[in-house]
Amino acid sequence: MHTSILVFRNFRYLKIALALIVVAVLAYVIHDPLGRPNGGTWLGYSLGGLCAAIIVWLAWFGVRKRRYGVGKLLLEDWASGHVYLGLSLLIIATLHSGFQFGINVHTLAYALMVLVIGSGAFGLYAYMRYPRLRSINRGEGALGDVWALVAGMSRDCYEIARDLPDEVYRLVEDADKETRIGGGVWRQLSGRDPNCASTRALEEVRGMAERYSGKDADAARRLVRVLARKVELLTRIRKDIQYKALLDIWLYFHIPLTVALLGALAIHIFTVFLYW
Amino acid sequence: MTEHYQVAIVGSGPCGMSAGGRAAEQKVSHIVFERTDHLSDTIFKYQKGKHVMATPDVLPLRSSMPFDAGTRETILGKWDDQTGSLGVNVRYNAEVTAIAGEKGNFTVTLKNGETVTADNVVLGIGLQGNLRQLACPGGDWGGVQYQLDDPDEYEGENIVVIGAGDAAIENAVALAKQNNVYIVNRRDEFARAKDGNRNLIEAAIKNNDITPYYNADPKSVTSGKLTLTVADGEAEVDCDRIIARLGAIAPRKFVESCGIEFPSKDPASLPELSPQYESNVPGLYIVGALAGFPLIKQAMNQGYEVIEFILGNQIKPADEPLLEEKFQALPGDRPVDEVIAHIRENVPLLRALTTLQLREFLLDATIHVPSKGDVVFERNDYTNSFFMIVEGSADILIDEKDPNVIVNVGVGDFFGEIGLIAGRRRSATVLAAEASFMLESPRRSMIKLINSVEAVERTMNEVALVRQLRTYLSPQLTDDAIRPVLETAEVRGFKSGHVLFKEGDADEGVYLLRKGSVTVSRRIGGKDIVIAYVPAGHYVGEMAFLTRARRNATVRAAINTETIWMESDKFRQMIDASPELRGEVERRLLTRFIESESMHTRPEAGNIIQFLVEQGVGEATDILLIDETLCVACDNCEKACAETHGGVSRLNREAGPTFASIHVPTSCRHCEHPHCMADCPPDAIHRAVDGEVYIDESCIGCGNCERNCPYGVIQLSSGAPKKPGLFSWMMFGIGPGPGENKGWNKAHKKEDGAPKVAVKCDMCLNIAGGSACVRACPTGAAIRVSPEDFFSLSELSARR
Repeated sequence: MHTSILVFRNFRYLKIALALIVVAVLAYVIHDPLGRPNGGTWLGYSLGGLCAAIIVWLAWFGVRKRRYGVGKLLLEDWASGHVYLGLSLLIIATLHSGFQFGINVHTLAYALMVLVIGSGAFGLYAYMRYPRLRSINRGEGALGDVWALVAGMSRDCYEIARDLPDEVYRLVEDADKETRIGGGVWRQLSGRDPNCASTRALEEVRGMAERYSGKDADAARRLVRVLARKVELLTRIRKDIQYKALLDIWLYFHIPLTVALLGALAIHIFTVFLYW
Repeated sequence: MTEHYQVAIVGSGPCGMSAGGRAAEQKVSHIVFERTDHLSDTIFKYQKGKHVMATPDVLPLRSSMPFDAGTRETILGKWDDQTGSLGVNVRYNAEVTAIAGEKGNFTVTLKNGETVTADNVVLGIGLQGNLRQLACPGGDWGGVQYQLDDPDEYEGENIVVIGAGDAAIENAVALAKQNNVYIVNRRDEFARAKDGNRNLIEAAIKNNDITPYYNADPKSVTSGKLTLTVADGEAEVDCDRIIARLGAIAPRKFVESCGIEFPSKDPASLPELSPQYESNVPGLYIVGALAGFPLIKQAMNQGYEVIEFILGNQIKPADEPLLEEKFQALPGDRPVDEVIAHIRENVPLLRALTTLQLREFLLDATIHVPSKGDVVFERNDYTNSFFMIVEGSADILIDEKDPNVIVNVGVGDFFGEIGLIAGRRRSATVLAAEASFMLESPRRSMIKLINSVEAVERTMNEVALVRQLRTYLSPQLTDDAIRPVLETAEVRGFKSGHVLFKEGDADEGVYLLRKGSVTVSRRIGGKDIVIAYVPAGHYVGEMAFLTRARRNATVRAAINTETIWMESDKFRQMIDASPELRGEVERRLLTRFIESESMHTRPEAGNIIQFLVEQGVGEATDILLIDETLCVACDNCEKACAETHGGVSRLNREAGPTFASIHVPTSCRHCEHPHCMADCPPDAIHRAVDGEVYIDESCIGCGNCERNCPYGVIQLSSGAPKKPGLFSWMMFGIGPGPGENKGWNKAHKKEDGAPKVAVKCDMCLNIAGGSACVRACPTGAAIRVSPEDFFSLSELSARR
């Protein structure tokens, strides 16, 4: 049945990560190096090697994800491991540093790693939270071909507005031509459009409808109802786009930071051996 | 003086023309009568440019005429040329109205009154018969036509299509692309058409592409106007053209008037013939579709053979070498005729077939000669072929838990029918009990056989009944225990949505499901709430008599379902006679009580069942379900599908309905009885051992499966455009990266005319590790399940 990456295979990867952490912490506590604990002791090298291996494995996820129909493990195994082993780095890498930080390439690598994990943590949060909200927002029917739906409603509006005064017709025309869905990053992330032409049309037609009488009033009332339906649909579509944007946005940080981390890590390792 | 010939051939279709060709070659005096002014009217009337197939592929062509798969025009052209060069004596515009006389002195009368005499007559008139004409006043208006060559010829016209059969629907739908089309149906629905076509026309009407007139009859035609009688009076339709597809008058009456007898009144029955195609009237031969062989190549072979037979040459049928090869597996070098006679003698099920039918049946069958102890098939295999024992015997291991519970079946017996009927996994393992000779027949041949020979279905049902009771109830049931039930048990079928029994009804029996599945629902708070889903292999209706109460739930067929109905009293006798079954029934009753109480408090789980059943999940064997609360819309499933299947995804993640966050994407469900298989001309759709329904490379792209699939999961594809290699993408950014095929395919679409074949999900049949879509889902949102798993209460309660 469906299981999320957190509980996958009965927390197998959490258990592996915890075991690694316990071993690392115990070793750190037991180990009695000359001087301060640091990356240069046998334990420091071991923990550093472990961290580097984990980082490379985590980064390999990007390759594994694109290799289809191969491998014994499910991609979900990789994702579940990615989450727990990634988080475990916060502790293991810190132990590797021996709590020594400074303004140098070593600490740069550490900082980048923390940023990668941080962005990943947001991603995890987003993956746990937004799919459900998105599903609720969509309701039972798929939103389907939203453009066709919106266009159909616009057509209905024109149909009704044809017999109404020009001021109404112009609003309907605006609502059709000026309504925007999606847009830039911020617009997508906000999930709203404060200048939505359809919302404006709804508000103004509503005001006008109060003044009309007879046949015009009937038509205007009908128009208000169609516009209200359209605005409701637009709201849901914008929310949907917002959720999708939230599900995707973190990757735009996570991946470039990962590339930077791999670079910094390579320099870190290189310099350590160069100045041995 | 009337002309006299050795052979008069009626009809110039593939068989008549081929007979004429052979007669000309053998210098036999002959004449071919053709009603129209061209050869082979049936094929002449195919749509322009139609690709004609040369099936069955294995059958060699034996004719003086050439024939290969190709377009209608090429084939007709070659036939015309060859008829000319051989000097075949064809008389066009000569409709035969009567044939009388006897061998050596037949008189053939033509419509214009002329007569011709002949020693022998070959009837090759096919089944198309004469097209029914529009009978109302004005029906002879020039704008009325009875066929449609090329729908693309017409544009912007008002066209009325009269008729509700397949031809009418196909024409109407094709014309609706660029014309304003009306369809006139005498009834209120399109029940006569194939499922695929019915879906097409209903969709076209719903989309306002075609305007229907139901319960309507043409009353009169004037130039450019059709008047219809409709339920509330009359309707007038302005039209540029009327296409009347009213079917044909079957040629049976004519054939009977020649003295030929039919075995039954059934309109589908065909005249009985000797192996030399001679009818009960000596000297009068029948070949082609009217003899039961509708394929062009078969008909052409028969045309050739019939001339040889008339000349007294006892040539072997064209399929002889194929059968010889097939029978090579048998020990001893036995001639084909002898083996066929032996099979007929030993297998009662096949006795009712004519020799011709039997030969055709055997061409499709596989010969097995297992040694003692060889496995024929294993429990839980998904194969659905049918086995007959010609020599030797087999052991059926009916009890999963105890390999010592064995039923031995011998010469003339058959097995494999349970899987064939239920469309599910094999319910037992079968071993050869000694060195044997068995026939394995594919599902399609069996269905054809069941539909054409009544006795086969009856015999199969009788035997299957006992075995189904043992398989589904208890392998320990003795013959004595079963006997009372058998006295009154019967097979009852229910169409999808029909009710087996209603809550509150009096108890009238127990239903064992042998095919399909049902939902159980109860009225709770004024609403019907589904409380359970029961698949084939289980029974329903036992609760009422066990508790001596009225029915406490309504049971409805989720899909087309077949049940074995058993009288309550007899069922009680049976469980009284079998302690194992008694315990089992009691256990299940208690489980049902518990489940039903639990469902009372959780109506939403019932709603999920209801939803899934409505989506046709009930007939699925394996379905892709997406949990929307986990899906992050990365489309990696689609990408994986495309990457592992030549660049074209067979699943559409976003399309499809959702309920309670369960999303049913557009993807194959691998149905128990696949709709797509129903009408595949080259028989290219198969089911693999593990249940995967797949299309092989013999697909001709006819689109029948696409139309027949109620779930829209088959698409016709001309394949993805070639994609630059991974290296050029990595180094130079040329082409799409891994998984990025969608945009690339769109931008590099092949031209419209590129040949297409049907593609669908094959559950990654040839990929180790299984479904690429599920394996590529990073969040665990996509899973594949069989409905039994998904509908189980424990799974549903886990969903919270």
